[in-house]
Amino acid sequence: MRYSLADCTGNWPSFWLLAAMLVMSGTAVADTEEDSVWLGGLRTTYFGDRPIVQSDDVIELEAPERAEDSAVVPIRIKAKIPQTEEHFIKTITLIIDMNPGQLAGRFHFTPKNGRADLGLRVRVNAYGPVRAIAETNDGKLFMSRRFVKASGGCSAAVGTDIEAAKRRMGKMKFRTDKPVLNGEPLAVQLRVSHPNLTGLQMDQITQLYSTAHFVEKVAVSFEGQAVFAAETGFSLSENPSFRFYFVPDGAGELHAEVIDTEDLRFTGQYAVVPDK
Amino acid sequence: MLFCGSVLALLLLVWTVPVMSTEDCKHTAEVIEIAAGIYMRPGKHAVVFDDEAVANIGFVVGKRCVAVIDTGGSNAEGQALRCAIRSVTRQPVCFVINTHVHPDHMLGNLAVREPGVFYIGHTNLARALALRGTVYLERAAQQAGRPLGPEHIILPDLSVDRQLRLDLGERVLELVAHPIAHTDNDLSIYDENTGTLWLSDLLFMEHIPVIDGSIKGWLKLLEALKDKPARRVVPGHGPVQAAWPDAAGDTQRYLSSLRDETQERIAEGDDLREAQKTVAYGERTRWQLFENYHKRNIIAAYTELEWED
Repeated sequence: MRYSLADCTGNWPSFWLLAAMLVMSGTAVADTEEDSVWLGGLRTTYFGDRPIVQSDDVIELEAPERAEDSAVVPIRIKAKIPQTEEHFIKTITLIIDMNPGQLAGRFHFTPKNGRADLGLRVRVNAYGPVRAIAETNDGKLFMSRRFVKASGGCSAAVGTDIEAAKRRMGKMKFRTDKPVLNGEPLAVQLRVSHPNLTGLQMDQITQLYSTAHFVEKVAVSFEGQAVFAAETGFSLSENPSFRFYFVPDGAGELHAEVIDTEDLRFTGQYAVVPDK
Repeated sequence: MLFCGSVLALLLLVWTVPVMSTEDCKHTAEVIEIAAGIYMRPGKHAVVFDDEAVANIGFVVGKRCVAVIDTGGSNAEGQALRCAIRSVTRQPVCFVINTHVHPDHMLGNLAVREPGVFYIGHTNLARALALRGTVYLERAAQQAGRPLGPEHIILPDLSVDRQLRLDLGERVLELVAHPIAHTDNDLSIYDENTGTLWLSDLLFMEHIPVIDGSIKGWLKLLEALKDKPARRVVPGHGPVQAAWPDAAGDTQRYLSSLRDETQERIAEGDDLREAQKTVAYGERTRWQLFENYHKRNIIAAYTELEWED
């Protein structure tokens, strides 16, 4: 998945195309104008005409109503159902309607997560809906949606200590909560140092935009078994941070591999030792 | 762009500055002479772009010419400051010193331009203006309803990478470029004649400090600056002048609590969202605009401190 500047020109389908799609898909009509971008093409792009239940009963998205810093908007997705072998959340898709490159990321879970919670930070470029869509292993889709007031997150200058950020690129930090218990979901925080350039940050001297350069893939395993995977876009804030759960079944090593748009690969390890 | 450590070359250049003729001054900024020849236009505590005249700005008059220290958040503010200068002296403006990149301090830059004026800033100021200028102009248009063209973002003619002495005529200003603190392009100005240290946004009083650089860097710098013997300091937001080093106390206390409590939350495994609900709320009643900037400061502190080794 690559984003180009063309993405930011915002060529939304016309009203008639929108109307036609609504008729064709036969789905419910938007309650407000707020969903026009979603209904005008986003929904079809990512989910075709599959039914989506709008509900906070499977996952619930938590986001600030008004962001203090549009380049660092902390959000959390809370799973309302446990991850069991029979029934679990397989994928969570995070979409920010008004961002260039609306797909912020796709995040993959397994029963080994115990709970499919996810915490991360995103950029929000304009007032609009942020939506998380969960797909369960039986192929059903559930959407939780919040309206976030923020603007300029994608064109905001990156960080402040540019030199420190350059030196640190690719560095990773793992952290787990305490206590570590066999068979119990354990919270893991994975931090990746990366500027995650959007390509929309303009240099006024040269009148040129920085080249987009961002983390595209994240894969975390525990003793060789996948516990978290993601495909991500530049809507994730600088220094992407992921908080998720997995259920340890003994001592072992967490291993993370991160790949960015320039095909740079970074790895990190972390030893997990159960307390009992 | 000149990188300069010497003032002699400058002296030759400023002699050619012509004296301004009569000006159309509908509005003249009210300034206070806080020490002989040092004038300050006090700002009011408000959110940038929600209001005008937010920052403390001013100018210093020498025997030969005038140095402007910051120009305000709009062209009108710059014009009013220029009129204030004209109400006080006929000396030409030879230097415009931008203490840092923030729009409440530099969007009046164009209004104080005169032939031969040198714009002076920290060596990182040009980069910061290049990266943020467009966003500031957009916000000026959208939030403040004051559209400004790109000519209002003026890059420095002279960059200070360590220090620079400016002679205004029987008056020397010492400019010091600091390592990352409030921003990564903070400049302070010391007037030797009166012992006045113009700290701009390296010091906040009454108005909550705003972090746009490094919380650790800022604390370190304040500690070091305390040894500087100054008869008075000028904060970027707060009273027109204050006693040094006592004036540093509030900013230091706020930043220290923010640092300590954020470090605790990170060590406890709280994510940013949780930290925003708990960190340093003991400071709430001690500052104006706390609700506007505190949560943002927690983001700045957290995203810096989570990378500490």
